Amino acid sequence: MPQETDKKISHYILKATELKSLLDILFQREYHVIAPSIRDKSIEYDPIASFDEITRGWIDHQKPGSYRLANDEQDRFFGYVVGFSSWKKYLYPADKKLFEAEMDTKNFRVIEDGTAAPKYAFLGVRSCDLKAIEILDKILTEGPYVDLDYKRARDNALIIVVNCTRAGENCFCYSMGTGPRAYSGFDLALTEISDGEKHYFLVDTGSRSGEELISELGLSSASEDEIKTAEKAIEQTIANMSKILNTDGLKEKIWANLDSLYWDEIAERCLNCGNCTLVCPTCFCADIEDTTDIAGEKANRTRKWDVCYTLNFTYVHGGSIRTSCKSRYRQWLTHKLSTWIDQFGMFGCVGCGRCITWCPVGIDIAEEAKQLIESS
Amino acid sequence: MATMSDSKTNEINLTEPMITRPFRVNRAIKDTHDTFSLELTPSGNSNKFDFAPGQFNMLYVFGVGEVPISISGDPAKQSKLVHTTRAVGNVTKAMNKLKAGDTLGVRGPFGTAWPVKEAEGEDVVLVAGGIGLAPLRPVIYHLLANRGQYGKIALLYGARTPEDILFQKTLEKWRSRFDFEMYITVDRATGNWKGNVGVVTQLIPRSPFDPLNCVAMICGPEIMMRFTVLELEKRGVTTNKIYVSMERNMKCGIGLCGHCQLGRTFICKDGAVYPYSQIADLFTKREL
Repeated sequence: MPQETDKKISHYILKATELKSLLDILFQREYHVIAPSIRDKSIEYDPIASFDEITRGWIDHQKPGSYRLANDEQDRFFGYVVGFSSWKKYLYPADKKLFEAEMDTKNFRVIEDGTAAPKYAFLGVRSCDLKAIEILDKILTEGPYVDLDYKRARDNALIIVVNCTRAGENCFCYSMGTGPRAYSGFDLALTEISDGEKHYFLVDTGSRSGEELISELGLSSASEDEIKTAEKAIEQTIANMSKILNTDGLKEKIWANLDSLYWDEIAERCLNCGNCTLVCPTCFCADIEDTTDIAGEKANRTRKWDVCYTLNFTYVHGGSIRTSCKSRYRQWLTHKLSTWIDQFGMFGCVGCGRCITWCPVGIDIAEEAKQLIESS
Repeated sequence: MATMSDSKTNEINLTEPMITRPFRVNRAIKDTHDTFSLELTPSGNSNKFDFAPGQFNMLYVFGVGEVPISISGDPAKQSKLVHTTRAVGNVTKAMNKLKAGDTLGVRGPFGTAWPVKEAEGEDVVLVAGGIGLAPLRPVIYHLLANRGQYGKIALLYGARTPEDILFQKTLEKWRSRFDFEMYITVDRATGNWKGNVGVVTQLIPRSPFDPLNCVAMICGPEIMMRFTVLELEKRGVTTNKIYVSMERNMKCGIGLCGHCQLGRTFICKDGAVYPYSQIADLFTKREL
């Protein structure tokens, strides 16, 4: 958990060949290191046991409904942007046992899950995803009720950000104010520079834990030139980000269009599959499942990610509230871009573009929001 | 994120809110052909359960599941926790089979309360539809226990048939009081019913309360609440003094599962009781 000690960020240089040393320290400190790897032809955040398991030399091409990996000519470690899953699967698992209960003739007793909180080190968190974690912090830890499992995992987590030096085709973090560079909330933030001759990371420190890692590695401070080079690379990312969502008055504009006929047009394409909710780094809706063993003596309570696109989601005695496809898409988009602000004081969208990429019919939240507003 | 460890920890409930507490069933009461009440003895150090009228609990039947149910008992009797339910789904049907001595899991109390404090010094109109009487019963207990604090009290209650009328013995007792007005109507008269027939909203124009000095509390199906509000408005009651109790699918009761969202609000934590003025714009939106 990053502790803000000094608002001033210090900058250091980590050579590409020294990344292994950083990882080795994390392993020594018994962190459960999660880093990008390739699974199912996509970037995935997986547990790794050694530096060699980190993926390198890939970039991604994302379009609405399309994701392809390609070779990175610059052979960077972090040339791609975001894959299909986000860090929420570690902090807020898709399937989490809450308790077990045992029946003894007429009475049952509850046995709480005593599993120790994991100690994660996340390597390669993008700025948009860091903001998504901050959104989950707000929802799950700032009350009135607290998800204690989330809070414990979050308190233990070490976060190493990678600032984006390349904009994905579906990225719009700059519009949402969430990227491409992270300014706080991390332990370390890396900006990867690879210009054919040199290959290094500009390292920003964001916490005491981050500072400690730097001193253990014995890194030297970055020069003005090196800092400027990184800044330029990030400015270039912003300049290259073609997807834009105008957020001025967006909350009010979306809400004002609740009865728009444009929702019907979206509903003609939307399959109500719920992929967008599963890949979304901020979607937090969950189902509570109670089950028993076959003898009826032991019961389990499990929390599972839920999807607001199902008919069951709004079922009350007598039927469901949201019976039409359009009402369920409307709920999702309206929640992300409008009512989330009423509820939590921030957008529920960080502009990571995952819902666009992984939508089987390529529905684009930024584009639909724009069309919806223009249709009125 | 430095805010985590030092942020509002004093406001945070640091017990795991998803863990249920097993309470003993003290008495199972059959109210009507399809509704029943369970009287529970709270477990724990104090054997007391403190709640405000209008709040609900998440009730868990071992291995079957959990449902949100309003508390229907007397808030002053903290050693007896009562819920009244209609047996309609898997969980409530299993709950209906519980007998004295069995165990039921309880989490709560959750949600907002009826404005019994704000209503002091004013007339109180309670409008109930069907099982909607159950969440209003704690209010009536409170009002009658503190009778001197309130003006006129009127209960307008609509049931499907005379056989569906809940808490009949209690209602008879209340009917005999001179400081409590009660009007009951049924959708369909059966047997030797000689009372009102028709929707509950018909009772509003002729019930005795001062529309400019009253608080109204409504609980029932959404359509019934909507037309009740319209009738009350016709008599001059302002919407900020009309309270309604909302219902949606709930899985957690603590604002974290997302199921009970109604536009900008989470019914489990911002409701279930709302001033109508706060959600008037959400009330008529279809499929919200």
